[in-house]
Amino acid sequence: MIEARGLTKRYGETTAVDDLSFAAEPGVVTGFLGPNGAGKSTTMRMILGLDRPTSGSVTVSGKRYHELRHPLRTVGALIDARWVHPNRSARSHLRWMAKSNDIPQRRVDEVLETVGLTSVANKKAGGFSLGMSQRLGIAGALLGDPEILMFDEPVNGLDPEGILWIRRFMHRLADEGRTVFVSSHLLSEMALTAQDLVVIGKGELIAQCSTADFVSRATEDAVKVRSPQLAEFRPVLADAGASVRGEDGAVLVSGLDSDAIGDLAARHQVVLHELSPQQGSLEQAFMQITGDSVEYASDFDDRAPATTELAGTAS
Amino acid sequence: MTLLAVERIKLFTTRSPWWGTLIALAIAIGFAALTTATADEGFVSVGSTQFGQFFALTVVMVLAALAITTEYRFGTIRTTFQAIPNRVSALLAKTTVVSSLALAIGLLAAFGALGISALIAPDANLALTSAADWRQVAGNGLVYALAAVLALAVGILLRHSAAAIAILLIYTAVIESLTPIIPEIGSTIHEWMPFNVVEKFLSGDGGTRAVAEAGPPLSTSTLSPWLALAYFAAIAFGMLAVALVVAHRRDA
Ligand SMILES: Nc1ncnc2c1ncn2[C@@H]1O[C@H](COP(=O)(O)OP(=O)(O)OP(=O)(O)O)[C@@H](O)[C@H]1O
Ligand SMILES: [Mg+2]
Repeated sequence: MIEARGLTKRYGETTAVDDLSFAAEPGVVTGFLGPNGAGKSTTMRMILGLDRPTSGSVTVSGKRYHELRHPLRTVGALIDARWVHPNRSARSHLRWMAKSNDIPQRRVDEVLETVGLTSVANKKAGGFSLGMSQRLGIAGALLGDPEILMFDEPVNGLDPEGILWIRRFMHRLADEGRTVFVSSHLLSEMALTAQDLVVIGKGELIAQCSTADFVSRATEDAVKVRSPQLAEFRPVLADAGASVRGEDGAVLVSGLDSDAIGDLAARHQVVLHELSPQQGSLEQAFMQITGDSVEYASDFDDRAPATTELAGTAS
Repeated sequence: MTLLAVERIKLFTTRSPWWGTLIALAIAIGFAALTTATADEGFVSVGSTQFGQFFALTVVMVLAALAITTEYRFGTIRTTFQAIPNRVSALLAKTTVVSSLALAIGLLAAFGALGISALIAPDANLALTSAADWRQVAGNGLVYALAAVLALAVGILLRHSAAAIAILLIYTAVIESLTPIIPEIGSTIHEWMPFNVVEKFLSGDGGTRAVAEAGPPLSTSTLSPWLALAYFAAIAFGMLAVALVVAHRRDA
């Protein structure tokens, strides 16, 4: 269980996190979703006591982080896979971490086995690929067998196989009854990974709800209609309460489902060449919701929101 | 104890401390070998064997500063504070481990220098007969350890390897030695500068030397040798205290 109350962090003029309150429950994967610069990493650093909140507080298992006697046994976190000395072997890295929290040294070999790094355990971490570094970071998070796990953009830069591995892994951890809190800037990724969502933009809470709720709210259903008689059909649709967008020839109708539109067309003897329900892309929808809170909005936004690169490189 | 073990693992599972140790020893002992082998008759003395200590000490200070700045550089300081949220304890443990290593290097460097000189010039009088002789040799252990504390403090405060090393080198090699040039007040200020003062602890008034030139310039400090060491220790621990307060307050 992670609970934030009124969490706020300012860096000089920048407000990175603004009066943020949320909770992540055990037994589910909670996605922490927000565009680049929304304040996800900052929030996670505050949870771990690395950055000091300007105001507000956050607790893990009911305690502040620095009150935990052996914190690695309560919270395991992967914030940045590069936080390893490049000249130190994977095993040595885990060895000092284990030692610091009185974790038996055999756990080191266990977690190396779990993440599949046994064969390179004595190799220098500096030579690891991103995927391997990520696994080492996860091994470090698992070391203390913690009830809370936290991952900051764990799939960033991974290949599909690596992404799948991490996704399955997080599900397994949640199924074991742990609190799994994982950040991402991609709703499509979170839709596959998380049951619950905490959505932030510009440091503020936008929504905390189940992923299913958020996705259905985000994806407004529209129906594409092509007809040679659109000129006649438009007012009919409008009378029925639908909104119609688009040029003549093909329009997007929202507010009515395809059954209703088909019935209307039949009743008014309108020929249809196409009647196809559209699912807006999740990212597009997500951007509409976080629209005014995208930190690095470009000039592009007004004209063509769908082309804004929300999925850009994350820091 | 646990925290000391953690820092010991961290220190000795990378290569740079080993290299630093080897280089420091090579400088101190190599210097002694050279001066002794090339010295005129009547030059070699306990004091002259320790000619190279200052340079070896500089290497150890760089080693100590790097022990903390590389943690900032590679982000392992955050993993450390994640594992040990009490930053003051974590950093004190590191200080203890690194300054213990410095103490060992100081002793090895000093006795190594003395030993190799005794091998090269078996007839020279290199017996440690007075308190001043002992301070000149064994005293290096304490000076190295305290200088490591000071260098760590600088490293904690600055967090960047290049900045910390530059400040340490420029201060010890340039600023202290050029201060006496300042008209009127220069020599008074210099009298209280830490590395000048601590030389008093090591070389005293030059009693360990056969000739005055057989070593670095003598200290201009008027403190007694042990007061001089206490003064140096106060500066090192004072800076460490400031560094710990800063590290405790700021974001990791
Ligand atoms: N140490 C810092 N000093 C100053 N500003 C900072 C610092 N850390 C973060 N910020 C600012 O705070 C805001 C939030 O940054 P943060 O890294 O938490 O976002 P994020 O949601 O993790 O983004 P991303 O998806 O790019 O990783 C940004 O505007 C960033 O520039
Ligand atoms: Mg981030």
